[in-house]
Amino acid sequence: MTYVVKPKFRHPELPKNKFGYTHRDYEGAVSTLCAGCGHDSITASIIEACFELSIEPHRVAKISGIGCSSKTPTYFLGNSHGFNSVHGRMPSVLTGANLANRDLIYLGVSGDGDSASIGFGQFAHAMRRGVNMVYIVENNGVYGLTKGQFSATADRGSKSKRGVVNSDSAIDMVGIALQIGASFVARSFSGDKKQLVPLIKAAIEHNGAAFIDVISPCVAFNNHAGSTKSFDYVREHNEAVNFLDVMTGRPPIHVDYAPGTVEMVEQHDGTVLALRKLDAEYDVHDRLAAMSFLQHHADQGQIVTGLLYVERDAEDLHGHLNTVAAPLNALSEKELCPGTAVLDKINASLR
Amino acid sequence: MPLQSVNDFVIRFANVNGSGSASANELFARAVLRMGVPVAPRNIFPSNIQGLPTWYEVRISEAGHLGARGGTDLMVAMNPQTWDKDVAAIEPGGYLLYDSTKPLPKSKFRDDINVIGVPPTAITNSTYTDPRQRQLFKNIIYLGALSALLDIDPKVIEQLIAEQYKGKERLLSSNVHALHLGRDYTLKNLKCPIGLRVQKSDKVGDRIFIEGNSAAALGAVYGGATVCAWYPITPSSSLADAFTGHCKRLRHDAETKKAKYAIVQGEDELASIGIVIGAAWNGARAFTATSGPGVSLMQEFIGLAYFAEIPAVIMDVQRAGPSTGMPTRTQQCDIISAAYASHGDTKHVLLFPEDPAEAFDMAAQAFDLADRLQTPIFLMLDLDIGMNHRLCLPLKWDDAKQYDRGKIMTAAMLESGVDFGRYLDVDGDGITYRTYPGTHPTKGSFFTRGTSRDRYAKYTEEGPAYQDNMQRLLRKFETAKDLVPRPLQANAEKPTKYGVIYFGSTSPAMDEAIAMIEAKGQYLDRLRVRAFPFHSSVASFIADHDFVFIVEQNRDAQLRSLIVNECSIDPVRLVPILHYDGTPITARFIARSIGEHLDALKVTPLRKVVS
Repeated sequence: MTYVVKPKFRHPELPKNKFGYTHRDYEGAVSTLCAGCGHDSITASIIEACFELSIEPHRVAKISGIGCSSKTPTYFLGNSHGFNSVHGRMPSVLTGANLANRDLIYLGVSGDGDSASIGFGQFAHAMRRGVNMVYIVENNGVYGLTKGQFSATADRGSKSKRGVVNSDSAIDMVGIALQIGASFVARSFSGDKKQLVPLIKAAIEHNGAAFIDVISPCVAFNNHAGSTKSFDYVREHNEAVNFLDVMTGRPPIHVDYAPGTVEMVEQHDGTVLALRKLDAEYDVHDRLAAMSFLQHHADQGQIVTGLLYVERDAEDLHGHLNTVAAPLNALSEKELCPGTAVLDKINASLR
Repeated sequence: MPLQSVNDFVIRFANVNGSGSASANELFARAVLRMGVPVAPRNIFPSNIQGLPTWYEVRISEAGHLGARGGTDLMVAMNPQTWDKDVAAIEPGGYLLYDSTKPLPKSKFRDDINVIGVPPTAITNSTYTDPRQRQLFKNIIYLGALSALLDIDPKVIEQLIAEQYKGKERLLSSNVHALHLGRDYTLKNLKCPIGLRVQKSDKVGDRIFIEGNSAAALGAVYGGATVCAWYPITPSSSLADAFTGHCKRLRHDAETKKAKYAIVQGEDELASIGIVIGAAWNGARAFTATSGPGVSLMQEFIGLAYFAEIPAVIMDVQRAGPSTGMPTRTQQCDIISAAYASHGDTKHVLLFPEDPAEAFDMAAQAFDLADRLQTPIFLMLDLDIGMNHRLCLPLKWDDAKQYDRGKIMTAAMLESGVDFGRYLDVDGDGITYRTYPGTHPTKGSFFTRGTSRDRYAKYTEEGPAYQDNMQRLLRKFETAKDLVPRPLQANAEKPTKYGVIYFGSTSPAMDEAIAMIEAKGQYLDRLRVRAFPFHSSVASFIADHDFVFIVEQNRDAQLRSLIVNECSIDPVRLVPILHYDGTPITARFIARSIGEHLDALKVTPLRKVVS
């Protein structure tokens, strides 16, 4: 944990994006997490993704629950409104915020305790409703702030730092997200920025419930031999199906992969994802195949990463509810109050 | 001697639920109303869809008493399951209308009541072949019989049927036909009218007939609510349903047909209040409708909203507790759990509407108060107001009215260099400025937390900063006292040392009880509390009297506890009058209970006794 105040000094030659913001404009306060924490790498990836997409920081609302992961929104996008809500309840708070103003970008940050245990229900229901959001689970399989208890994503047979072996079977949140209707499902590893940054960018561009499970080793309580969420274990068992490039309104000039291994994926809003496929057979639009692929590799002890599923014409909750284009929080008396003439008619109908 | 009464009696329908009786019974209540005579109907129903006993009680009162009276003058006994209990409940000299299709032994009746047999089953069996029609028209047939027995103008009922089935000619004529089948049989075979009669009057005026839940939902529409998140729970579900219905009619853009609202049925009460808090944090007016068990589940979030200072409106339609309680019975039993909801030091604003008209006003006002005070506001309804049609003043709105969105820091204000601290009390009223997310690219953003912060919303665990903030929240609660609806006081004709405090759905019973108490030569000043925190007039009202009765519908005298606690009043001077069996409080109960206390207090001086 660091006590220093982040210096305001910045290099004059720092690269700027479309809005003239530098990388530094997407940072937040100095992290108070343990040195080497996987979560800080995810924070860095979020900053990078927002910078590259030229998002105006104040157009993002970052919402979290409770836990180490939920502390991280303080460490990125310092000019965004943030809400550190209640343990396991980020999805409902974010759903409400999204309903109030559909024009902002909603970034939900949660952990495995927050989303797979106490907030398992809220995670599921936000996904099935199709709330337009990026839902990042910083998954370390352990409760850090309360000193190392297993979480519900810890694998059966994995060993805690104190030597206890977990006898409960694990919840694979990616599998659940696929099953209950998330329209964008991905998994990555905090140590793999190259894979993670484009996934976050694609998730932000996605119109609907975008879920990213990011395995993020806990250096304090879950990075030992016997853990299945340690840096070493994940590196050894990582089975990446693809890598992404995201292009927003730009021609795909960066794609230089070998022909035949690149699939262009167009999202609802016109964003193009260039998918570098490692497994030629893998189809990102086939939910059923994704579930089967995932299960098959899990049985072999492999952790599948990459973009696992994306729905072509996803629709979000506002679409389901047929709400007006203007944010609901911007409507005034004129648009909302039916007035006395209507009330007189209602009164007359009640006599 | 058969009971004799014009426009002042209680009729009770005993039915099986799911048999289609509800609409016929409501038709009866509306017919009396159309004749210019006030009615107060009440549903007494089970937590069940089909097959269990249900009752519908209609008090007909030319004098305009809308509280429950107690007792039954005419029982329409259509449910064999409850026959014995129903027959026993009839007042001596009262009437029993029953289905005489099947003969019943004499032992099944009473000698001191008047038995009227009409055979709706026989009539429907000989007229209809479809079993559903036989079932539904049975209800209309006994309605026809009642029109003859009570001298109700059949044209009034026909008119109501015509309004109900406008455009559905076949249904209209078949209902009118069934009405006359029952009416003609009764006129031909029985002596009509009986001792109880309905006579045309003019005591209804321009009042309307509406359920409190529907009125509160309409208040939410007028008050500018755009987000509603809820989880089904009796007796509040019909509030969310009504909001959905009102919005479908009143809140779609004329051109695009798009919705200017969002309604989400949450997966539970936790999600519902979470959605409300998220929406309100982001500047939308949002509410949830629930009941006691739902409020219990929302506790953690309510504390967060209090401390993070997020507006939220919670409409609590109270039912009997504790725990899951009697879901279909009324009480005022969530006062303490709402007032002090959550962990840590919390206090919340409560509003107590007395009827649907006030539920409409207060529902709309709740959103202004929530935005102004940046805190949760509870609208404390109950099943008696919420799920029953109640005669009340027409709903009113002022087109000049603008929503009070409270202290919102805009981009222009930030640009002009105003010092923005999310928890900085610049006006001394304990209320601070907030920004909506997305207001300004570089100014005005802040991090909302459920843990401690300083005046600029910066994270801190320092004791003095925490205390400073908690003291400001108290100042804000003080400010609330003058913003919430004030208590209404009515003094007795003669000066008196005794007073009574009551609130919410107790109102009509209290108004009637006062007349009974005064008829006995006893006098009471009365104060109807309409909100918590209490205005200073509550304490001064108590100071002005030796003893004050606190009438409420719960076991633990919850409002009394709140008054003792918040106004530092000696509990000995506050006499609890408590009604909590799940039925609505009656004037007879209040008059009797207070009367007994007043008799006991009237101690004759010793000298007088000896001389």
